[in-house]
Amino acid sequence: MTTTKTPEPAVRVQAITKSYKDLHVLRGVDFDVAAGSIFALLGSNGAGKTTLVRILSTLLKANTGTATVHGFDVSSAPGDVRKSISLTGQFAAVDEVLTGRENLVLVAKLRHLKNPGSIADDMLARFSLTDAGNRRAATYSGGMRRRLDIAMSLIGNPPIVFLDEPTTGLDPQARIEVWQTVKQLAKGGTTILLTTQYLDEAEQLADRIAILHNGTIIQNGTLAELKQLLPSAKIEYVEKQPTLEDVFLALVGDADTTDHAVSAGEESR
Amino acid sequence: MTTHVLSDTGTLTGRSLRHILRSPDTIITTAVTPVALMLLFVYVLGGAINTGSDESYINYMLPGILLITIASGIAYTAYRLFLDLQSGIFERFQSMPIPRPSVLWAHVLTSLVANLASIAIVTGVALIMGFRTGASVADWLAVAAILILFTLALTWIAVIAGLSAKTIDGASAFSYPLIFLPFISSAFVPTDSMPTPVAWFAENQPVTSIVNTVRALFTQQPVGNDIWIALAWCAGILMVAYACATAIYRNKIS
Repeated sequence: MTTTKTPEPAVRVQAITKSYKDLHVLRGVDFDVAAGSIFALLGSNGAGKTTLVRILSTLLKANTGTATVHGFDVSSAPGDVRKSISLTGQFAAVDEVLTGRENLVLVAKLRHLKNPGSIADDMLARFSLTDAGNRRAATYSGGMRRRLDIAMSLIGNPPIVFLDEPTTGLDPQARIEVWQTVKQLAKGGTTILLTTQYLDEAEQLADRIAILHNGTIIQNGTLAELKQLLPSAKIEYVEKQPTLEDVFLALVGDADTTDHAVSAGEESR
Repeated sequence: MTTHVLSDTGTLTGRSLRHILRSPDTIITTAVTPVALMLLFVYVLGGAINTGSDESYINYMLPGILLITIASGIAYTAYRLFLDLQSGIFERFQSMPIPRPSVLWAHVLTSLVANLASIAIVTGVALIMGFRTGASVADWLAVAAILILFTLALTWIAVIAGLSAKTIDGASAFSYPLIFLPFISSAFVPTDSMPTPVAWFAENQPVTSIVNTVRALFTQQPVGNDIWIALAWCAGILMVAYACATAIYRNKIS
């Protein structure tokens, strides 16, 4: 490895546009994601976040502009891009008829890895799903399903992971579990591009945050940089009340234990 | 990437075959309707039908029943494909380095296996009900080959339906006309007993030539021209449906 001052960005998006007839979803999007960082794409529903992720993961072609992922152009080298990424979409893409373990084995086989069985067992352990491993995914709670979904995405250690609204629809505990997973991944050097409509999620996780609004990036910076856009902080005295989330987490127990969902078979989605 | 076409197709076929093993009702329900029709025609209507041959009625109508079995079985292929598209697993596969045709071929091969299983059940019931044939191994192989070709042709139509359906009902409703086709053919009554325009349609639609071919093979009669007409129909439908399905698929995955 040669040391360079400015390493190649893991993801480079340049002037990407995408329209459906008269509907201009993306109107020229530019940003870079540095290798090994967590980049949050923040935007409200319909801002074009999912469209952008679908373009970057080769599911959709942009009208104009270029995008490179892990150094490969998404339109001219989609096969190489697919080898470098994994996508976790908005809806947990697990096979409900198969067991959790079978889902993991399936992905390991499709990635042509050796010993798919032991890879699956490792992943089940890592995501606290060992006890549920031989149950059909249809019986999983929302949080377990999302953990399985992310576990499937991480098989084969892709250097770049796209997480499209990874915590939408999850309860607060499951949400924190996903956050922990994302932080661990980034520590291990994985580049993560996540989309979210939750401000606190971007605040918690991201090294850089870009705000996608009306099909363009209107701001892009670190949390500190974004905060400086507003007038400097003024001191107000406010009564510090626990938030409902604090209360909820205190009542239902320690959010750090990830096994809670395993016994929650009755928990309906 | 192309080096993995076979292994990935195999892996994905294993996956959808497991779906069938987990819900064997899809095989059984596929077989129930044809078996019920067989009971109805043999024990209720068959006595009044003059087929103009000395064969028992069940020998006469089994080929048509087998085609009805296939026509109803392929609806599940459209159904399974539609569910994959809906659930997001399809997108997961598309974002992975899997050769794109493998995803469709896995469903097609699964359809083939499932339909052959249903056909085996229906044939088994027919044997119990008195179906007899002196067909040789070669005749049986020829019957199997024609039925496989017919299954493939209809399966690719099912792929079109599964890829383009907007609702789950739409994904399977396309098969109703296909199930109905054998009734307006030589499957249950000789076509010359029908009014002229109907007879014309019956004689010139694909089912009649396939039924006549299979029937001739079962009864050791010469297959004549029917086999070539049957093969041409199957191959033609297969090619057109395959071309349409892959075009829709390419369009869908951009």
